[in-house]
This record gives sequence, structure tokens and C-alpha cells, in this order.
Amino acid sequence: MTIKEIQEQIVSEFSMFEDWMDKYNYLIEMGKEVPRIDERFKTNNHLISGCQSRVWLHAENREGKIYFTADSDAVITKGIVNLLIRVFSGQSPEAILEADTDFIEQIGLKEHLSPTRSNGLVSMVKQMKLYAQVYKLKQDN
Amino acid sequence: MNGFTASELNELRNQFPALHQRVFGKPLVYLDNAATTQKPQLIIDRITKYYSYENCNIHRGVHYLSQEATAAFEDVRTKVAGFIHAAKSEEIIFTKGTTESINLLAGSLDGFLICIGDSVLVTGMEHHSNLVPWQQLCKRNQAKLLVAELDDRGEVSLEQFGKLLEQKPKLVAITHISNVLGTINPVKEMIAMAHANDIPVLIDGAQSVAHMHVDVQDLDCDFFVFSGHKMYGPMGVGVLYGKEKWLDKMPPWQFGGEMVDQVSLQETTFNQLPFKFEAGTPNVAGVLGLGAAIDFLNQTGLGKIGQHEHQLLDLAMEKLRSVQGIRFIGNAKNRAGVISFVVDGTHPTDIGTLVDKMGVAVRTGHHCAQPVMTRFDVPGTVRASFALYNTAEEVEVFAAAVQKAAGMLH
Repeated sequence: MTIKEIQEQIVSEFSMFEDWMDKYNYLIEMGKEVPRIDERFKTNNHLISGCQSRVWLHAENREGKIYFTADSDAVITKGIVNLLIRVFSGQSPEAILEADTDFIEQIGLKEHLSPTRSNGLVSMVKQMKLYAQVYKLKQDN
Repeated sequence: MNGFTASELNELRNQFPALHQRVFGKPLVYLDNAATTQKPQLIIDRITKYYSYENCNIHRGVHYLSQEATAAFEDVRTKVAGFIHAAKSEEIIFTKGTTESINLLAGSLDGFLICIGDSVLVTGMEHHSNLVPWQQLCKRNQAKLLVAELDDRGEVSLEQFGKLLEQKPKLVAITHISNVLGTINPVKEMIAMAHANDIPVLIDGAQSVAHMHVDVQDLDCDFFVFSGHKMYGPMGVGVLYGKEKWLDKMPPWQFGGEMVDQVSLQETTFNQLPFKFEAGTPNVAGVLGLGAAIDFLNQTGLGKIGQHEHQLLDLAMEKLRSVQGIRFIGNAKNRAGVISFVVDGTHPTDIGTLVDKMGVAVRTGHHCAQPVMTRFDVPGTVRASFALYNTAEEVEVFAAAVQKAAGMLH
């Protein structure tokens, strides 16, 4: 699926929630899933500094696609982290660089990606794009 | 313990426009008062009036507006002196806040009082603004930063504090009330102990002036600092109080207009107190707003405010106790209206995010006091802090919100 298609799928899933509690319960449920990142990557090198909750992000390049794994110490942050991974992981560097994150606003979680929110998610998206940029440069060379 | 009657409290709340709004469809419950308090209408009006009709630069114009504004500005200096019971209004220096007051002190005392190889004594509960300036000053001077550690209740051991004084630090810098733990330090006793060793003391009053009577002469502190915005006044204005015997001798910190006497291209002589420490055009509107905040606090009564907030604290502790896995950080015998806690198995930001959805504004994180987090081995806490306008109903809503959030996360 393309990034756009996955985003539309998520928006459609979230449209079923009637109130904020259902939505957050779903995020929490996703956040409680076993962390997808290998424990050996949960180091300071992979840490994205947010002010309050910590996010670890790892990227791998396989056959022209980037695969992300991540974790966070806060469960709601982790739920959103999982959404971002679902959208961006397994995509080409070009597609990642072109994509926006408007779907976060469409599912009513805009405040989590606002630059004033110190949860590391804004930096995480930046970091994902940075990985894509680096892999693209490597490919082009 | 009386506090306010229901109608008094209602009347007080009506003076604060910010309290009467809904967030996410719920009535706002504002419990982040240790970060900043909301502003009553009369303070907003005072600032508007200044910019509408009184605006001009002070201390230099011979014209009518300048003279009026200068008089109003200097009246507030006298008012501040009365508010903390300083001996003289010249001992009141206007700054942009607690942080600048402390940086002014650290800048001026560098090389004047604190030199190479000296030491400065702080406690383990200082806000970064009363820690980092001293830590950096010590680094510049190869001086030692001595730290009075906290016990499990979040109190400073006076025995250890006394031992550290024997190392003859050049200055003691301690907070009056911890912004994280709510601990009210026995500052009068600590000041007496330091003075017995001829050591001057700075008290960080950012968290105390809006919640209790402060009498700097009774405390006998050498310096006392606080901010306007945590006492219902505007942001960008604060105070450095210092005993005249210190301020008079201390060198200026910032240089420029207003703080000078005679200037030639080669030499400058400096103005007298308090102007020596007030370089450049001051925040006149902020100072006038601070004056209005002092009037407001005096009229409301700090004694009643303290009692009211204490009642809210007791109620909140009682209600929160039933939350499964809750752990309070800080349990001092003498404490102010600040509660920090974690809920085992959850992250503070998750609790903060969920109660926000229920209209409750609390603070989560390290509260600019990372060493306190390290001491209690938590990544951060959820903090609720009370002000004169909070109600018992709000405390109930808050406790129920935490209960619900914890339930969702467990």
C-alpha cells in the first residue's frame, strides 16, 4: 500500500470512534503492543530527545525500502509512534520525503504533533525524513 | 482554618476571565499555578490603562506624562518594599523575573564575593534557575558547589546543612518552597545557622510570595527574589531584594542607560541604588501590573489564601489516595499547595494527556528540577498546584480525572 492509502485506512479506522475516550483507549492498546524495536537499539544513539517522554527510533534499508522500528516509555506516545511506523515503514525514501502527516490532524491528534508538545514526536518525524534523505543520497550515489 | 466562604470564593473567581472557559468541551480546571497563575481583570486593566494613556519613558522626561509614570513606577517600588517588609525601597531592584534576579546576583557576585577556590551551598531541591547560575559561576571560578541533600520525605537535613556550612561557603542559595515537592524549608532557622558562620543567604521566593506572608527583615535573609507572574501579576517582571549593605558595595551587572551617573568616552561613574542595577528602559507596564497584584493580594489576604490552599491540598491528598498505584513524591511535614505524584505502571505524560482531555490542566515532566527527579528515581511527575481561586469541586474533578486516566492506562 502507498503511504496515502495507509493514511486513509487509519483515518477511516479512527472515524469509527465516537468520543475521545474510545480513541485514546485504542491508542493505549496500540501502545501496549510489544515494542517492535530490538532492545540492543534502545541506546542513547537511537534516542530522540523530547522533553518528557523518550522515543527510540531505528532505521534499516532493505532493497530500496526503509524499515523503521521504535519504542517509547510513554504508552500514548508509543501508540502514535506505532501509527507513524505503520505509515512510513517499508516505503521508499522518495515516498517518505514527499509524504505529509496531515492524517494526524484528521484523526484529531493534532496537538501531539504540535512543535510545542514536548513528547519527541515532532523530532521523530523529522528524524524519519532525515533517514530517508540519507538513504536517498546513498542510492543516488 | 477558615479560608474563604463560598460567596467570597465565587466573587474572587469572577475576577479571572481565563477561568471561565471550556477546554475540549469541559469547564477548565486550572491546576498549574506553580508555573504561572491566571490574572484578575484589574491587573489586565492596569496594563491596558498604562499603554492607552500613560505610556512614556520614565526617569528622564521633564514632561507631564514622564513625571506621572515615574511617580507611579516608584510608588510600586515602595509598595513592593512594604509587601515583603524591606527596610528601604532602595533595596528593591526590578528585574524581568526570578531567573534574571538570580543571574544578576551571580553576575555581580562573581569575583566580588565568590572567587577562585571558593564554594556556594545550595539544596537538592532547587529549581534550575537557582542551581545552574551558581553551578556555572563555580565552574568559572574552579569553585565548589556544595549540595544539601534531601531525605525521603523531601526535606533538607539541617544536620547535614550545618556540616556543609563548616566548609565556609561564600553564599547559601535556597528555595523558600520547592516547586516540585511543596516542601516549605525552615529558612529562618537556616539563615540563622548561616549567619552564625558569617555567610550571606539568598532565598528563592518564586513559590512563596503568593501563598504566605514574607517578612525579609524577620527572616533576616540577605537577598530575596521572586516573579510577578506567579503572584497574579504580569510576566516579564520580577524583584531582587537585597540588603543595602550588600547592594551598595556590589558592582553593577548590566551596563547602559539609566544606571549611570557621569559618562565620558573613557570613564563612567554609576548611579545610586536602586538604579545602579536597572540598566535600560524598564518594564514599566509590568511593574505597574505588579503593583496592582500586590494590592489584590493585600485585599484578599495572604493568611486566608494560605488557609484556603491548604484545605485544597488536604482534600486532594485524601481523594488521590484511592488511586491504585499512586506514589506521592514529597511528603514534608510543613508544605504548601503543591502535589507531585506518579502512578506506578504509567508515565506522567500519559496521565497529563488524559486529564487534559477532561479539562484539567496539570503539569507533567521534571518541572525544571531534574536533580529532584534523579533523587526520587522518577522520569518526571504529575504536579497539581493550587491558587486562591481553585475550589473543592475542582479538586474532586481533578481526582476523578486521575482515577479515570489511571484506569485507562492500567
